[in-house]
Amino acid sequence: MQIQLSEADGTPYYQQVANQVKFLVASGRLEPHEQLPSVRGLAQQLTITPNTVARAYRELEAEGVVVSKRGAGVFISNGVSPLSNKEKRRILNERMDALLTESRQLGVDEETLLKLLRQRSQKFDSYQEVEK
Amino acid sequence: MSEHVIEISDLSRHFGKKQALANVSLSVPEGCVFGLVGENGAGKTTLLNHILGFLKPQQGTVRVFGLNPVADPPGVLGRIGHLSENRDLPAWMSIRELFEFTRAFYPKWDPVYAEELLIMFELSLSQKVPTLSRGQLARAGLLLALAHRPPLLVLDEPSSGLDPVVRKDILDAIIRTVVDEGRTVLFSSHLLDEVQRVSDQIAILDQGKILLSSPLDEVLVSHYQLTVRFQEPQPCFPQLTGALTWFGSGREWKIVCNGQKQELEAALQELNAEIMERSTPTLEEIFVARMKSVARSSAEE
Repeated sequence: MQIQLSEADGTPYYQQVANQVKFLVASGRLEPHEQLPSVRGLAQQLTITPNTVARAYRELEAEGVVVSKRGAGVFISNGVSPLSNKEKRRILNERMDALLTESRQLGVDEETLLKLLRQRSQKFDSYQEVEK
Repeated sequence: MSEHVIEISDLSRHFGKKQALANVSLSVPEGCVFGLVGENGAGKTTLLNHILGFLKPQQGTVRVFGLNPVADPPGVLGRIGHLSENRDLPAWMSIRELFEFTRAFYPKWDPVYAEELLIMFELSLSQKVPTLSRGQLARAGLLLALAHRPPLLVLDEPSSGLDPVVRKDILDAIIRTVVDEGRTVLFSSHLLDEVQRVSDQIAILDQGKILLSSPLDEVLVSHYQLTVRFQEPQPCFPQLTGALTWFGSGREWKIVCNGQKQELEAALQELNAEIMERSTPTLEEIFVARMKSVARSSAEE
C-alpha cells in the first residue's frame, strides 16, 4: 500500500491517510478482505506516530471501510457500508457543495462538470479492470 | 496515554534580569511524541534543562516519572535518553571509548542494540570524535541516547543544521522509539514541517510563556485560512476578531484565523468582501500567524 503524505497541506495526517485508503479502495487498488499494514508498520513506513495511524484506522472502521479483527489485523471490508442512507447523503452533500463552489468560481457550467465527473468515474472503473 | 511522564507546574526562571520561563505548566502523556516549538531564545533549552535536572526551579515544580529530577538524578537521568543541542561529546574519545564511557552510567545499556544502531548509522568503533562530520556527530549522539532503551527520549533541536538524510534518521529514530510500547519523546525544534509530521501534541513557547499547548490535530483543525477579495482596494486590513494575521494589498488579502468562523465570515460579508478560497494552514503558517499576532498585541499595549 503506497500512501503519500503532503506537508504543504494543513489537513491532519490521520485524515490524509484515511482519505488515501478510501481512494485506493474506491479505485480498486485495495480489494475487499485485503489486509492493511499494521499500525506500527505503517507508522514506520510513513514516519508518523502510531497514534496517527491508529486514529486513521479507527475513522475508517467507523465509516465501514475497514474491519479490525482482534489479534489478526485490519482488513478492507466487503464493500457494504454500515452507514445509513441519511449519513451517506450527508457526507456526499458536503463534498458536492465543495465541488460546486469550486466549479462555479472557475466558471465551469453544470453540463461540463457532469461530463468531467463521468470521465473520472470511468477512470476508476478502468483501474479495477487492470487489477482483475 | 493517561499517565503523565512529565508534569510541570507553574515553573518560572530568571537569569539575572531576563525572565527565561514564566509560569510554565505542561504535561507530557506517556506514549506520545511531544513537539516543543518556539523562536530562538524562547526558553526551549531552559525548559528541557529543568526536566533533565540540570537547573533547579526557582518557582514551581517539575516531576519526571513522578520524581524530582534535581533530588534524584539517577532515578530520572537513568531513564532518559538525551541529545543536547550542541552534541557535546568528549573530543578525545573514539566511538568505542564513548560506548564504554556512556555504558557505565546506564545499567540498562543494550550492547546488541548499540551494535545494530552502529551498523544502521554507518559508524565504526575506531572513529575518533574530532574526525566525525556534523551528521555523524548527530548520529553518534543519537546512538548513545537510544542504546539503553530509555522510556523517555529528550532531544534538543535534534535536526538543526543537518542534511535531509540525517534528519530522516532522527525522525525514524523518534518513531521507532514510540513504536516500542509506552515510550515517550519530547523534542524541541524550529523545523515546523517535521514537528507537524511526527508530533501527537505540541506546545508553542514564546518569550518564556506557553502560548498554546494541545494535540496537533486540534491545532490544525481550529485554524483556517481565507483568501478574500474586497470591492474596493483596502489601504490596510480592517480589524476583525478571529483574524490572527493578514497578508496582501489592494483588493485581495489572505488571512489566517482561529475559531469564531461564523462571526468572522459575517463580518466579511458586511464589508462586501467575497471569500475566494478556504484552506487549511500548515503548522508553520499557524506558528508565524501566532507570533505576529502576539507581537502586534504587545505593540498595542
